[in-house]
Amino acid sequence: MKLTGAQIFFESLKAEGVEVIFGLPGGAVIDIYDEMPKHNIRHILVRHEQGATHMADGYARATGKVGVCLVTSGPGATNTVTGIATAYCDSIPIVVFTGQVPTPLIGNDAFQEADIVGITRPCTKHNYLVKDVRDLARIIREAFFLARSGRPGPILVDLPKDVIASKAEFKYPKNISMKGYKPTTEAHMGQIKRAYATIAKSKRPVIYAGGGVILSSAAKELKELGERLKCPVTTTLMGLGGFPAPHELWLGMLGMHGTFRANMAVASADMLISIGARFDDRVTGKLDEFAPSAKIIHIDIDPTSISKNVRVDIPIVGDCKDALKKLLQLVKENPLEDLEKQRQPWLDQIQKWKETYPLAYEQKNDLIKPQYVVEMLYKLCKDKNPIISTEVGQNQMWAAQYYHYSEPRTLLTSGGLGTMGYGMPAAIGAQAGFPERLVIDIAGDGSIQMCIQELTTAVENNLPVKVAILNNQYLGMVRQWQQLFYERQYCATCLKMAPDFVKLAEAYGAVGLRATKPNEVEKVILEAIATPRPVLMDFVVNPEECVYPMVPAGAATTQMILV
Amino acid sequence: MRHTLGVLVENQPGVLSRVAGLFSGRGFNIESLTVAQTLDPLVSHITLVTTGDETIMEQIVKQLNKLVNVIKVIDFREVKFVDREMALIKVKAEAHTRAEVLRIVDIFRGKVVDVSPNFLTVEVTGDEGKIQAILDLLAQLGIVEVVRTGRVAIARSKKNNKKK
Repeated sequence: MKLTGAQIFFESLKAEGVEVIFGLPGGAVIDIYDEMPKHNIRHILVRHEQGATHMADGYARATGKVGVCLVTSGPGATNTVTGIATAYCDSIPIVVFTGQVPTPLIGNDAFQEADIVGITRPCTKHNYLVKDVRDLARIIREAFFLARSGRPGPILVDLPKDVIASKAEFKYPKNISMKGYKPTTEAHMGQIKRAYATIAKSKRPVIYAGGGVILSSAAKELKELGERLKCPVTTTLMGLGGFPAPHELWLGMLGMHGTFRANMAVASADMLISIGARFDDRVTGKLDEFAPSAKIIHIDIDPTSISKNVRVDIPIVGDCKDALKKLLQLVKENPLEDLEKQRQPWLDQIQKWKETYPLAYEQKNDLIKPQYVVEMLYKLCKDKNPIISTEVGQNQMWAAQYYHYSEPRTLLTSGGLGTMGYGMPAAIGAQAGFPERLVIDIAGDGSIQMCIQELTTAVENNLPVKVAILNNQYLGMVRQWQQLFYERQYCATCLKMAPDFVKLAEAYGAVGLRATKPNEVEKVILEAIATPRPVLMDFVVNPEECVYPMVPAGAATTQMILV
Repeated sequence: MRHTLGVLVENQPGVLSRVAGLFSGRGFNIESLTVAQTLDPLVSHITLVTTGDETIMEQIVKQLNKLVNVIKVIDFREVKFVDREMALIKVKAEAHTRAEVLRIVDIFRGKVVDVSPNFLTVEVTGDEGKIQAILDLLAQLGIVEVVRTGRVAIARSKKNNKKK
């Protein structure tokens, strides 16, 4: 029997196990929406297509499944670009379906036409324009396979209106044959052996792990490796949760706003074991002075990440989990001799660094410190195993420093692209995946206004996310740079003209709460957790608080401002 | 340093744009690029000349391999190869210079492909040095226009036919 493109679309999604679509209809996809009620698939109607992509992204990060969006042509499609680029930078598997004008009109500057395949070519892992309905099922199959395999990433599938309306025999392909796509997932044993031989000789090793550990579900192996080697572990922002933060070998995050001990340890290490991280400039600072005396092992599934920024001594291409399993096998078979004694001076040194400059702030009686809010969130919520999302800027860094992540997929944050407005929709997406869990977006007053319209989506769909706004009435991180490097000329960073967030929450049908004094913080958080609806918490915090430590852009990571 | 790469890609719309976009998006340079179908009509071959140090070349090769539509990258730094380029040269050829033009074309084993009272258009094939040499000579007689194909390259086959 022949099915229409719209029917094939839903049958294919079912075959991929898709539970939820984040979308917004329009003329070009109206046939798909017309077909939708016949299928048992949840649709979450967003209020802006950027929100849909961030929700799909948050859903994917939290659940490990592929997130799916459906939007219309032209502006609907272009509105997804920021969300797609966000997912691309952080290697998040999402599939974005965009409507397109009918094929005879493509290229004619038709109404609501945009060359979205051309526009998103540099920010997708791959994308497709479906020109024939007979290709549709195969392309959807490929799209999901590409999104989740190898180094994951966003895939866009552009669906012309006439293709959706025309008919073809439906058979969902079982096998995939793509000549040009064969990611190396199995780590080379010879390289693993070389790596372990080098590790065995090292006196001051550091493991530097990134988002790859979370994407490949290798947190368990990472912990075991750290423990068996008695090797201190730091992670990037993307890697937080990949290693349990309360652990004695935990160094904290490294890089621009990393801990003193993490940056000092990397700078003094004679062996750096990089696992699923890509030596981003926010991590390395000045390249010449990054881990200057270390031999570097780099495990990554993407060969282009290896030796891109930093020369690597032992490259290992492969899936982190596979590589770590193989490495662990070697460690078990040939345990290092005298490990305790060997490692003690190094661990003592790190302890000294930890005591010299721990993360610190002072909470006095007058103004709420944003760090205090994050610490209280941790204290009051940690037992509930919540999912935390963040916006971008100071709120994101405090969420990274003062909230302690013990499990993978509990921190959702736009690490690579740094997309303000990401946090709340991502939280909504995560909540759609885990309706029973506590999901909190740690936000700033600037970021939250960039996708605030999605509060309606949360209310309408009973997705009771909690948003904690660290309201300092500034674009805080830019203001901090202006304070430290631009002689305090706060040009265009003041956000004093702002909505009343409590009233705003109420206007959207959510709950608004406010704390202006330190002793109100706990009460507000407890009330928010107890409320089974979306809540916006407005924490009016010290306006000129800065994120420390801070490595000035382009400086060596040992050159930290520690005030 | 200049390097030549051969890239086998799926013969589909948009593939060239992905390859070109990779270069422009990362600030790499393309000096010349030729594309045509291979024996398999589903596959096209791109010969690409680019410049870059060791690190950049490594990135270019890896990034090309990462593209889903790229089937194979042949790095001609690692294999012996033959390369050729063709040029069509329109040169002034009036009564008193016509013989000289023809003589030069003959020396370079070129062919005259179009004739008019005052101009000759010649076709020359060779490696870059040879093309440059004839251009230098003809320039003295007055070149009006040159169109070059850019380099095409193919790996040399093994010289010994010993079986393993």
